[in-house]
Amino acid sequence: MTTVRTIPDLAVPEFLGVKSRSRWLSLLLRVSVPALILLLWWYSTSHGWVSTEVFASPGQVVQAFWELVNTGQLWDFGLASLRRAGLGVGIGVSVALVLGLVAGLSRLGEELVDATVQIIRVVPFLALVPLFISWFGVDEAFKVALIAVSSASPMYAYTYLGVRSVDRKVVEAARGFGLRGWRLAVGVVVPSALPNILMALRICLGISLVGLIAAEQVGATEGIGYLVTLAQQYYRNDYMVLCIVIYALIGIGVDLVIRLIERTAMPWRRHGTAAG
Amino acid sequence: MSAHTTEKTTVDVKSSVVRLRGVSKSFGDKRVLDGIDLDIAPGEFVALLGPSGTGKTTLLRLLSGLQLPDAGTVLVPPVRTVVYQEPRLVQARRVLANVTLGQRGKAAREPGLAALAEVGLADKARAWPATLSGGEAQRVALARALVRQPQLLLLDEPFAALDALTRLQMQELVADLCARHRPAVLLVTHDVDEALLLADRVVVLRGGGFALDRRIDVPRPRDRDDPAVTAHRKDYLSALGVTPRRPPLEHR
Repeated sequence: MTTVRTIPDLAVPEFLGVKSRSRWLSLLLRVSVPALILLLWWYSTSHGWVSTEVFASPGQVVQAFWELVNTGQLWDFGLASLRRAGLGVGIGVSVALVLGLVAGLSRLGEELVDATVQIIRVVPFLALVPLFISWFGVDEAFKVALIAVSSASPMYAYTYLGVRSVDRKVVEAARGFGLRGWRLAVGVVVPSALPNILMALRICLGISLVGLIAAEQVGATEGIGYLVTLAQQYYRNDYMVLCIVIYALIGIGVDLVIRLIERTAMPWRRHGTAAG
Repeated sequence: MSAHTTEKTTVDVKSSVVRLRGVSKSFGDKRVLDGIDLDIAPGEFVALLGPSGTGKTTLLRLLSGLQLPDAGTVLVPPVRTVVYQEPRLVQARRVLANVTLGQRGKAAREPGLAALAEVGLADKARAWPATLSGGEAQRVALARALVRQPQLLLLDEPFAALDALTRLQMQELVADLCARHRPAVLLVTHDVDEALLLADRVVVLRGGGFALDRRIDVPRPRDRDDPAVTAHRKDYLSALGVTPRRPPLEHR
């Protein structure tokens, strides 16, 4: 070739890969926004920008917290709520997981289950409170049932989605190797859909708190949902804010637990992805 | 290990569109690229051969900016496009939208259609990627790469996932299109015959460096059975570490 060509200006290619960041910087960035909010809260209440009648100061909330700890109520309340939430979420999640698997795996299952569940799913579970009270009374059964229903719908939706997005080709191959039904679900589909299922678990645990508040407004003498009712009755602003703080702490706890589960249950995520 | 018989093809440094100087890259303990230099002239078709895991794809990723070198400089022209082993089409967008990906406005439409016509898929412009065969999808990927009129076209084993017949057709198509558009090309492949059929220059990457770098001066279109082509094959196979079988086949 003897054609005359204009040579373009050469340059170092723009980096399109993923930049890695040090663990500490990453942690610092994560913590920075909540820390900033905390600082703002402390500063605005201590400098009179916000009246402590409207929003209690961090000091008052810590004091209220110690009050609960010293009377042993925090422990009792936490345990009572944990039992209800654990039982409710356990039941709700198990049923929804099975339904989601059935709907996601088989055509017949999808036809029978999906449409119905999708209709029921839209019913706000709080609308079921009066009905459930008339069925189960105001005792534990009612509370557990309400939490079970509240956590079932996100679990179903995410499981169904997760199962649907499992690589069809892998499922075909597994069927070809003779895996059917239960063994196919446990051996191939559930592990592959695990990211979605764990995401659902996060959401379920969050929603179960809503269920707790609703359930413990009726016929309860302990529980972290009951604490909200208590704060409202006695018009204790410090307790109102403390409830928010406790829920936030539960949020952190749930997040940590799920992260831990993700690390142990999905080891393949940490390995691999090295470019060859 | 074979001696590094680098019959260095002299390229005028000022007139190259790719310039690598002392480029090194390691993964853990493994030094995949060990201070390599490489120049590619405008319009030159270079094929890069090498056993699996020798860093062919790493080199390509360095050129497309997906990885950074540990040492050395990588210089590339502004317009570069890549065709990967898999088509990597956006399933949620129609074929034409895939071809004009990243280009805005109606002005991109005509060149997009022209590029599709060039790869023989003018009638598939409104089809969805999922409805295409493997070969068709790869041709769309090729049209997507060519429509931007790249100064450097990177081909990362673009024929590896195709069936044997489609592969032959695709190789011819790539040869034709490259002859017409004359981008500088770096083709990464495992296939010695493919490299000899298509490239102006065939380079073997092995042990972190170039084990063989030779110009293939055979006029085109080439015939894969042309003795001038096959004469090179043995050298490349031995540079790749494949020893030719001796006539009485030894079974071990």
